[in-house]
Amino acid sequence: MRGGASLLQIASGSLLAVLARAVTGVRPIWAGSAPNGRQRIYFANHASHGDFILVSTCLTPFERSRTAAVAGADYWGSGRVRQFISRRLLRTVLVERNWVERTADPMQVMLDALDTGQSLIFFPEGTRNMTEEPLLRFRSGLYNLAAARPDVELVPCWIENMSRVLPKGALLPIPLLCRVVFGESVMLNEGEDRKIFLDRARQALLALAPQKDGNSR
Amino acid sequence: MSDDTTRLFIGLVGVLLTASVVAGVLSWRSPKPLRSTLDNLNARIKAWWIMVAGISFAFLFGTGGVILLFAFVSFAALREYVTLTNTRHADRWTLLGMFLIINPVQYYLIWIDWYGLYSIFIPVYCFLAMPALTAMRGDTSRFLERVSEQQWGIMLSVYCISHVPALVTLPIPGNEGRGLLLIAFLIATVQGSDVLQYVFGKLLGRHKVAPSISPSKTWEGLIGGIACASLMGAGLYWLTPFSPLEAGALAALSCVMGFFGGLVASAIKRDRGVKDWGHMIEGHGGMLDRADSLVFAAPVFFHIVRYAWT
Repeated sequence: MRGGASLLQIASGSLLAVLARAVTGVRPIWAGSAPNGRQRIYFANHASHGDFILVSTCLTPFERSRTAAVAGADYWGSGRVRQFISRRLLRTVLVERNWVERTADPMQVMLDALDTGQSLIFFPEGTRNMTEEPLLRFRSGLYNLAAARPDVELVPCWIENMSRVLPKGALLPIPLLCRVVFGESVMLNEGEDRKIFLDRARQALLALAPQKDGNSR
Repeated sequence: MSDDTTRLFIGLVGVLLTASVVAGVLSWRSPKPLRSTLDNLNARIKAWWIMVAGISFAFLFGTGGVILLFAFVSFAALREYVTLTNTRHADRWTLLGMFLIINPVQYYLIWIDWYGLYSIFIPVYCFLAMPALTAMRGDTSRFLERVSEQQWGIMLSVYCISHVPALVTLPIPGNEGRGLLLIAFLIATVQGSDVLQYVFGKLLGRHKVAPSISPSKTWEGLIGGIACASLMGAGLYWLTPFSPLEAGALAALSCVMGFFGGLVASAIKRDRGVKDWGHMIEGHGGMLDRADSLVFAAPVFFHIVRYAWT
């Protein structure tokens, strides 16, 4: 039942879920990918440290216990506090983004995690989006994962409002209502070009964003 | 007091049971799948059971329980409201202050029964402090809009709603120890009026009051609902220090205010392009969808009672 997570990780995951609900009242909107028990890569827009907490809060307790967030080792692996948070308290897969200095291949690290049965929360933009654009260009990671592990479902998740709750540099969250919209899973077609697939996946994620006139689903 | 509380509780459960039975028979006899109106009606009745249970639970703990309950209602309402406003990075401290300082302080002042301060804390001190704090952050883009939205939010969600539990502090001669029943009277009539307006509107509604704001508010619903709820208020006079006539008149006034509250809330939602404030209460929408009528009714009811009965 624990899906390989430590008791401490399960406890802190549940606690964070309670906190996230208290602050944001977060509610999942399943728009084409209701929980089905399959191994998944949740790929989401990224503008706040709270993003992966919101996604994991929306998952069932079992799915949450086997789901790890992919995070940058340069940030989350440096300093004792951050290391404690990312390695002991939370379930993360740390990848080194700087490919000149890196010691481990990020692809291999993520594939290893998938091969132990974990689901992943993945931010294909590669970094937090600080621009006015709703979504940055996707890096190649999502394509490489899809090509290497075609059995894993790729589920787009649009995270709404979290960047207002906890923007970069903020310590205390402002209570605002958030939603996470889980769209239909995206599959890599036979022989599909990398750029075309990444663009398609990006459009699938963008399509879940609320329209400018503020209409909600 | 305990006798009247029991009577009120049994009455409420009776009303809810009747509603559940009627809705159950309707659902059983109508073709499947159920029409969305009926679906929504079932969800609403279910949510009413939960809300009545929650309010009754808070009443068990007396004044403190009711104050905590409404502090939570204010928190949820403010959260829904701020979600729909324009917020910029420079507003962070003001917004945090609204949630972490103003809301708790306002309800604390009611707890210690300091009328002189809780009646002006937000409209005087916060009114001036909030824009000052926002201005110190230096971002002038849409300044007036942002500041006005914050003021409105804190007045509607915290100040106005806090007048519901404040009723318990009114020193009405001969009503000692019965303040909670006065709160129950206000909630029952105003929420009852909302339900009755909905029922009359669904059954007889033809002429819309404000078609550009809300398609569901009709003159038939408004008049039928308020007339019925006022009669109900007169019938509930035994909860209050009022005579039946006075209770009916106060109920009518509260219901009219409640209607305006709903109308203003609808206008804000329409402006922001949303149907509901949130998704907290199934079938009803958010906390503000349920509390909008109390927001307008509570302060007026409070001050009239305070003026005429104390």
